[in-house]
Amino acid sequence: MADRPEGNAARGDNRPKLSLHVPEPKYRPGDVVDFSHIDVPEAGSMARPDEACDPSDMHEMAFGLVRVLGDDDQAHGPWDPKLDPDTLRTMLGHMAMTRAFDERMFRGQRQGKTSFYMKCTGEEATSVSASMALAGDDMVFPSYRQQGILIQRGYPMIEMINQIYSNKGDKLKGRQLPIMYSSREHSFFTISGNLATQTPQAVGWAMASAMKGDSRIAATWVGEGSTAEGDFHSACTFATVYNAPVILNVINNQWAISSFSGFAGAERTTFAARALGYGLAGLRVDGNDALACYAAEQWAANRARANAGPTLIEFFTYRAEGHSTSDDPSGYRSAQEREEWPLGDPVMRLKNHLIAIGEWDEERQEKMDLEAAEHVKKVTKEAEANGILGHGLHHPFRTMFEDVFEELPWHLQEQANQAVRERETKFPEGLPTKGVQG
Amino acid sequence: MRETATQDAPATEGATERRLNMIEAINDALDVSMGRDEDVVVMGEDVGYFGGVFRCTAGLQEKYGKTRVFDTPINECGIIAVAVGMGAYGLRPVPEIQFADYIYPGLDQLISEAARLRYRSAGEYIAPMTVRSPFGGGIFGGQTHSQSPEAIFTHVSGLKTVIPATPYDAKGLLISCIEDNDPVVFFEPKRIYNGPFSGYYDKPVQPWKKFDASVVPEGYYKIPLGKARHVTEGEQLTILAYGTMVHVVEAVCREKGVEADILDLRTLVPLDIEAIEASVERTGRCLIVHEATRTSGFGAELSALVTERCFYHLEAPVERVTGFDTPYPHSLEWAYFPGPIRIGEAIDKILKD
Repeated sequence: MADRPEGNAARGDNRPKLSLHVPEPKYRPGDVVDFSHIDVPEAGSMARPDEACDPSDMHEMAFGLVRVLGDDDQAHGPWDPKLDPDTLRTMLGHMAMTRAFDERMFRGQRQGKTSFYMKCTGEEATSVSASMALAGDDMVFPSYRQQGILIQRGYPMIEMINQIYSNKGDKLKGRQLPIMYSSREHSFFTISGNLATQTPQAVGWAMASAMKGDSRIAATWVGEGSTAEGDFHSACTFATVYNAPVILNVINNQWAISSFSGFAGAERTTFAARALGYGLAGLRVDGNDALACYAAEQWAANRARANAGPTLIEFFTYRAEGHSTSDDPSGYRSAQEREEWPLGDPVMRLKNHLIAIGEWDEERQEKMDLEAAEHVKKVTKEAEANGILGHGLHHPFRTMFEDVFEELPWHLQEQANQAVRERETKFPEGLPTKGVQG
Repeated sequence: MRETATQDAPATEGATERRLNMIEAINDALDVSMGRDEDVVVMGEDVGYFGGVFRCTAGLQEKYGKTRVFDTPINECGIIAVAVGMGAYGLRPVPEIQFADYIYPGLDQLISEAARLRYRSAGEYIAPMTVRSPFGGGIFGGQTHSQSPEAIFTHVSGLKTVIPATPYDAKGLLISCIEDNDPVVFFEPKRIYNGPFSGYYDKPVQPWKKFDASVVPEGYYKIPLGKARHVTEGEQLTILAYGTMVHVVEAVCREKGVEADILDLRTLVPLDIEAIEASVERTGRCLIVHEATRTSGFGAELSALVTERCFYHLEAPVERVTGFDTPYPHSLEWAYFPGPIRIGEAIDKILKD
């Protein structure tokens, strides 16, 4: 182009030649993986600051890693939430159920029962344990990989499957892509397919709760890749400006589809360190350590509830499976990463802890896993009676036009009539129940 | 009816009968453009090593290196904004927005910045960028992977909007867009990436290779912006369409035995108004078909233009067939889609009047 200098030489100066840095992950398909560069501090070695402390006194919390469960499977240090064995077993049960659910739904998609599914394998603690540390009526604004929250909050599994199958039982009327749940009754915000949009919304909800002198706080979840969106900056800015009672949970699972965390800035600093620039409290946490996840969320919840301010928590974890059923990670990352991940598997670690403290054994674990799988299978069958995607058992056509507005304007009424007429033209004898989509 | 899908094919010397689907044709256009001009750079989410979630950029990073083909942070505002900056330097960025549904965070940069740089600087600065983005439904993508937002962009002064309907066109149009000195939004109808879609969703999909419009010559060729493609010639009515809907209206007309003059608009802005006027003046009847929502859709603009400019030739009111004014539903996707029944009804109505 005409206005571009030919280069330094042509201009006669001796300034150094610039070069563009483009991040590159350490390992690609087939590579031998070595994660020894990841600094994993001893469990229990991080201090636990006062919940009302000044964010400027928390620098090391943003660069360290809060860990409770040690290699000896015991709980260590000031972050140990000291949960009773029943609570620990409940936590393990929710995590195992989440995993069993994921397995079945993934298979359902492969069998053509729906269009799409996303697993959270390896990340169960970041939703289940964190959610357990909140009150059941605290408002959550999740991303798309927090099915563990719904399972922990007791949302009926059949509703989840009805939604995934977009069938006539789907309370969201078959409108949303699978896994984009919503449950006001469970203080669970409607999931968007657009990224990070929920983060400033959570701040707004928390501001409203504070404006009204309520006692409920808000929490949001976002992937590390999505923190690059401007919405996340909006969330951090509004949270700190209004000292909003909100928790910003960043799930750093290392991969955003094929882009590693370096494309969100991880080559230079941690995600927890984002908090420092905004004046938020920041914690960096072992996301595969269910007790650390619980303890960190509890710390932040107590802080928010005491009007002491918002917290940004980075849960350092690993996306053990593909991004979704539409993704094949073998095309861009080494399969060895999952095996070599230095923080292990969250379900195994909690299970081993319960065994180590004499409150669990392999037989009970096996029985629990089996029961979880059986339960999911049974509920899946019940949901299938309401239909699967594309097999005719969906909501009536007119429902497509409802909820665009509170009331149906004339033009949508005309279009609804058109849709019904088209159905009658295509199926003069009425809708078939199997084999086609009406 | 006469198939004229490849009538624009240039007489390329030694051209072989190479057949590509639309993904391969787009990839080829990027490859040819990057090979000819080292200022052409490609960027977007997952476009680098992985080659894009739809594979449109496969192999380009390996061939042209990481500083010309690279992944970006998940920030559509940033993707478009840095493309404006790169354009100001003198590069020709071709950013990809992974789905058109994700483009909205970038609208300020596109509408207030890229589209107006030339105007506000009196030509000192320009934004010679082409924003590629897959759009449209028919893949069970739900409301965040199915939208057709083209009318938002055609409403903006200073933006060009281009939508191919065949592999041959996709390559020639994309090369023209990249070489254009103004910002272009290039929407790729993802439902027809692998094969044209008749609208009969319960019939098997035919791959592009079975159609002549998949014959894509090697090397460089351009299809000028602002020139419509005559898909079929007929005297009964004019049908204006673009993207996926070109193939649906063609199939419906074939099925019904209707002799329609079908125009594939290819470029919405600038629009080939001469081709539209010539056709409507001949047939006296005009149907406009798009997948996007109806209200303030591009069909409204087309309808106004035809009414203003061809009023005394019209023998029936101009009709529009569109998607409904609702978000794109997941399970009721085919009830939403402006398919053969909706189009057939409209054709019958126009021909009866």
